[in-house]
Amino acid sequence: MRARILSVLLVLLLIGLPFLTQAMDQTAFLSLATRILVYGIAAASLNFVLGYGGMVSFGHAAFFGIGGYVVGILYQHHDTETLLWGFLPGTNQMLITLPLAVLVSGLAAAAIGALSLRTGGVQFIMITLAFAQMLFFLFVSLKTYGGEDGIIVRRTNELPFLNMRDKTVLYWVVLAIALTFFFGLRRLIRSSFGTVISGIRQNERRMAALGVPVYRYKLYAFMLSGTGAGLAGALMVNVLRFASPDMMHWTKSGELMIMVILGGVGTLLGPFLGAGVFLMLESWLASLSEHWPLAMGLILLALVLGSRGGIMALLGRIGGRG
Amino acid sequence: MILVLEQLLNGLQYGVMLFLLAAGLTLIFGIMGVINLAHGSLYMLGAYAGTWVAMQTGNFWLGLPAALIVAALAGFAIETVVVRRLYARDHLDQVLATFGLILVFNQLIILMFGRQPVYTQLPSAFSGSIEIIPGLPYPAYRLLIIAVGLAVAVGLYLVINKTRLGMLVRAGSTNREMVRALGVDIRMLYTLVFGLGALLAGLAGYMAGPVLAVQVGMGEQILLSTFVVVVIGGVGSIKGAFVAGIALGVIDTMLRAFLPGMLRQVMAGPEADALGIGISSMGIYLLMALVLLIRPKGLFAAGS
Amino acid sequence: MSAILKIDNLVKRFGGLTATDHVSLEVMPHEIHALIGPNGAGKSTLINQLCGELRSNAGTIHLAGRDVTNLSVPDRVALGLGRTFQITSLLDEVTVRENIGMAVQVREGGNFRIWDAARRRHAVWVETDALLVPSQLADRAEIRVADLSHGEKKQLELLVAMAMRPQLLLLDEPMAGLGHLESQQMIGLLRRVREDAAILLVEHDMEAVFALADRVSVLVYGRIIAQGRVEEIRNDPAVREAYLGAEDELC
Repeated sequence: MRARILSVLLVLLLIGLPFLTQAMDQTAFLSLATRILVYGIAAASLNFVLGYGGMVSFGHAAFFGIGGYVVGILYQHHDTETLLWGFLPGTNQMLITLPLAVLVSGLAAAAIGALSLRTGGVQFIMITLAFAQMLFFLFVSLKTYGGEDGIIVRRTNELPFLNMRDKTVLYWVVLAIALTFFFGLRRLIRSSFGTVISGIRQNERRMAALGVPVYRYKLYAFMLSGTGAGLAGALMVNVLRFASPDMMHWTKSGELMIMVILGGVGTLLGPFLGAGVFLMLESWLASLSEHWPLAMGLILLALVLGSRGGIMALLGRIGGRG
Repeated sequence: MILVLEQLLNGLQYGVMLFLLAAGLTLIFGIMGVINLAHGSLYMLGAYAGTWVAMQTGNFWLGLPAALIVAALAGFAIETVVVRRLYARDHLDQVLATFGLILVFNQLIILMFGRQPVYTQLPSAFSGSIEIIPGLPYPAYRLLIIAVGLAVAVGLYLVINKTRLGMLVRAGSTNREMVRALGVDIRMLYTLVFGLGALLAGLAGYMAGPVLAVQVGMGEQILLSTFVVVVIGGVGSIKGAFVAGIALGVIDTMLRAFLPGMLRQVMAGPEADALGIGISSMGIYLLMALVLLIRPKGLFAAGS
Repeated sequence: MSAILKIDNLVKRFGGLTATDHVSLEVMPHEIHALIGPNGAGKSTLINQLCGELRSNAGTIHLAGRDVTNLSVPDRVALGLGRTFQITSLLDEVTVRENIGMAVQVREGGNFRIWDAARRRHAVWVETDALLVPSQLADRAEIRVADLSHGEKKQLELLVAMAMRPQLLLLDEPMAGLGHLESQQMIGLLRRVREDAAILLVEHDMEAVFALADRVSVLVYGRIIAQGRVEEIRNDPAVREAYLGAEDELC
């Protein structure tokens, strides 16, 4: 009951945030909040394979980047009025770009997952990293789409009846998508598939002995997770109005991992909290000194060595005591 | 033909560098089960420490012990303060903590030396070229790197196969419990192996200095390639690190040297160059994916 | 009546070692067929070949008349094969009830559904409780498996296997590590299980084997040296020498 009240309050706070930031003259915080929501979606997607499925993917930035490039490439063809592969027109309609980004990143995840899941352990970590690096270098070498510099998307994708150039409207759109995503993910985790995938994490051999074709289940989970990361990437390009190979760089995969661990592996809300803490910490430290990564590194070390279970475990302990 | 031979030597030189790094990483991986992303930082520390001493004294050779000592000390420090607490943790925690170490070391270097690359002078005895075969002069310093790398390979082979330490290392990479059962101070063994890995990384870093630029981020660049070598070679296998290191060094260098030219035959110049560079950068990752699909534990996986 | 399980000349080699050396045996419906043999005889290897975790080098395995020699673990399960693990292998983070529920849920299928709620699959939980309530673990239903005692985990292994409704159960040392009382309870439980499934029982506890088994096969160094009814095996001089004799000396 208490949890339900808290979550209603949290949602109300998120909806009302633009008024707060305006009243306090902190409009920059609104764009930070938008980015937090987007990274939260990406981190929660990673957490689905990592925390619930037990697959440590070090290449999720690939799907994040693919989702972003779908938006970027479609925009470029729309802008220059050229055809993709000679027959596909571009578009700047979000109702088309987002589903396409989800679809394409899901297909990419299915292909990469189908190959990667043949290995396990450290090899799985490295092969997912390898595929992400391949895509990174592929996009670096695609001069048509800006190469290293990427694609500048001058205008955010359009939605009917909404003024998407307004930062506040964009925030609400992202918030609506993030909330839908969150409740969808919660449903997924409690579904038949979600319980089986969690069983596979706990004891793969046992699940196989029960009759579960483990590989197929893992692949499906990996694909679903890829679609989530792709959705986040597509939103990110809309928020930053910029798609570049950096979205796929291995350090981006590392950052997503940090957000997951920071928030709490295998928890629903954790990755969103982790994304929030990570990005706020980053922007606060960056405002203090150009050497902020030093402090960030030390904080990471202290976190790993000093605590376990991330923010969610910490909140649990506080909640348990209070 | 001469051009191919020259690139082959360049590949060999890059390959032994990869081997120097991969040898330590694969042992740390195989024996302690730790993913150490900070291995590239040790490489960078060695390069900076050695280069700084060489610049201050004007003598390349005085830089060498400095590089080795600083890298080894940093290795001991990392092992005792951070990595030791990670042995029992899962890979996630290890990745996160050693990722933090990278951030720390990179910023410390920036604070001390700035962001500009530092260049070293070649030692005078090796600044010229040697004509290996008629018509192919090759930089003597690069030959030195190849020689040092091969010497280290032979030395490691002897240590691993002929000494008690090597026996423990071999046992440790296949069966950790057995080493514990032998009553060996496993902590000591871990620290030693980690220190050895750090030493080799520092050596590689300093040797690379005159060939590449000494700069922040040099560690991460080579780190990923090193991981690819370790995984292709098989975690815990020195032999695998050697074979995969040389192979990858040669393949990567050849692709970069010749692929753009080949592509230019079929498409426009700038696009061919960009695509050629892109594909050759993908080369080693593609190779790793292929190897893992055929042999999911790498070529020379310990215990298989 | 035809055999539920029929193994013909099954072979497994590890490098130069032949762990399973042309083994043949049959398990009839409702039969308990015990597989005994000293440590290192290859019993666990054979179990792992039968359930599909290990591929055989030669020979065939038929399950209910179908050739399953080259099928995967889940495919064999679909044809009615269930097993327990010698070292208990359960879902440690969830409760006793959820472990049984998972077995029922997997058997019922429909597990690629991402939009339902596992807790609301009424039929699954009705069946789970039908198994759980009359069992010894009824009052432990909501305990996490990690917090169970060894004996309780052994019982749960069996309940999970029963929830799969197998035609044939491979039991890998269900008595191992149990106290006398617990063993007696387990024997009682297995007597009830045989009404629903045929059993291939790997066991060291001779008292349990002689109490339960209809037929016994004796495995030594990967080969079956004797096969027959309990009394025949008890009195077989070769078996006494190779196996029971050694045990007598120990006592």
